[in-house]
Amino acid sequence: MGAPEPLRSEPSDDAGYLLEAEGVCFAYGRDPVLTDVSLRVSPGEFVALVGPNGSGKTTLLRILLGSLVPDEGRVRILGADPARFDERWRLGYVPQRPSLASEVPATVEEIVTSGRLSRRGWWRALRPDDRAAVRHAITSVDLGELSGRPVNTLSGGQQQRAFIARAFASEPDLLVLDEPVAGIDAGSQRRFSDSLTHLIREHHAGVLLVSHELSAVAGAVDRVIVLKGRVLFDGPPAELTREGVSLGIHREDLPLWLEGLR
Amino acid sequence: MNELALLNPFAFGFMQRALVAGLVVGVFAPMIGTFLVQKRLSLIGDGIGHVAFAGVGAGLLLHVSPIWAALVFAVVGALGVDWLRARRRASGDVALALLFYSGIALGVVLISLGGGLNANILVYLFGQPLTVTRSEIVTIFVLGAAITVTMWALRRVLFSVVTDDDWSRVAGLPVDALNALLAVMTAVAVVAAMRIVGILLVAALMVLPVASAQLLARSFRGTLIVSVGVGVGSVVAGLVAAWEWDLAPSGAMVLAAAAVFALVTVGKRAAPRTLRQEEHA
Repeated sequence: MGAPEPLRSEPSDDAGYLLEAEGVCFAYGRDPVLTDVSLRVSPGEFVALVGPNGSGKTTLLRILLGSLVPDEGRVRILGADPARFDERWRLGYVPQRPSLASEVPATVEEIVTSGRLSRRGWWRALRPDDRAAVRHAITSVDLGELSGRPVNTLSGGQQQRAFIARAFASEPDLLVLDEPVAGIDAGSQRRFSDSLTHLIREHHAGVLLVSHELSAVAGAVDRVIVLKGRVLFDGPPAELTREGVSLGIHREDLPLWLEGLR
Repeated sequence: MNELALLNPFAFGFMQRALVAGLVVGVFAPMIGTFLVQKRLSLIGDGIGHVAFAGVGAGLLLHVSPIWAALVFAVVGALGVDWLRARRRASGDVALALLFYSGIALGVVLISLGGGLNANILVYLFGQPLTVTRSEIVTIFVLGAAITVTMWALRRVLFSVVTDDDWSRVAGLPVDALNALLAVMTAVAVVAAMRIVGILLVAALMVLPVASAQLLARSFRGTLIVSVGVGVGSVVAGLVAAWEWDLAPSGAMVLAAAAVFALVTVGKRAAPRTLRQEEHA
């Protein structure tokens, strides 16, 4: 059975996309992973990219962040080619499983301060406004009272919020999160969702959340993109709950995100 | 010489010179070691020491300063290791072992060409702070100051790179350049400490104080500061013990650092339960 044509929401503004992919194709050897993938994220928009394991989410993310070059197609991140994108502080990134070395204890504040370096200039000393931004980022993820604690003594959910605060610290225009709620308890998921909403409201930032499930953020998402090698769906969550079943993606993939939208 | 001078080990010029040089090493070695331990490269100092030994051999053969020749070899070796590591050309530890053992073998060959192995070599292998000269102190101080100032000034960005390499890359930090800088600084540290603790023991003063500090401190900054404190304390205790019991000073310094680690480990275990609970509260 051929994949159905994707439903795409039309952008309201042609200029000023934070993230834009047009006709991206990528293959590992002869195995196509991504075929004609297009997506856009605008300022103030919360977009969720979902799909089952092996759908090409990670590959697409690596292409969007510039660590892989697509075979075909074009990517612009904050208006620039990812390979030549210099204003890295404008991008906040929360990795799936941070490969954090923890031989030596490091506090929440030290980890979050790392997020400020690219904005200030890594060779420069931090100023009072940098420290204020770090404190604000820590408070916005509700870790104020734990800022002096070593990260490796925190729960998984608290650690994840520390990494989100690190991404917030540069006051980014675009936030990209890779499977941020995997293995996190419900209370932390709620705080996590609140933190993202805060960033979008306060800074008019755009958010791209890559996940195999949506339950943690279902209420806050503006647009859902369903990926399975190609874009199966691109539109508001309410439309997906109506159209999703007819797209034929619920039977074999039946991901948890669909449950979360109901 | 009066009796008081005999009781005070640092009343003598050679002990004062040993103390000054040792204190400088006690500061910079644990400082750079904190970053290396976090990067899980605790033994890199040992490996670079092997390469520096080839430099000592070249220096003796060519009649140039063994310290400066060792510095050239160590920096080139450290950059080579970093290059192999970054490009994942090193399959496991084999490529690194190849480089290190080639280094020490080259050192032995060069030294034999230059007149054979003798007691001078032992000074570089095991260190001898008691015979350090004023000009050597100046060299150690200049190199040590360069390392200390660089590490402290760049501590935040180096912390980011050694703690989360992948994220730092996406954040636009110059990860490759900073890794290379850390490699060069490690090479400089090995050579600067070589005359005091020796090629075979230099890595110990980089790692053992950090091993104690990471048990005592609750932050990276705290670990940096405590490890320097342990490093300096170990140097002083080692020199005093060497004076008191006629021991090899470099070995005594390293044993003092190991003793601190043993005491801290036992102390942590014996700490009242309530204290430990407070820590985790």
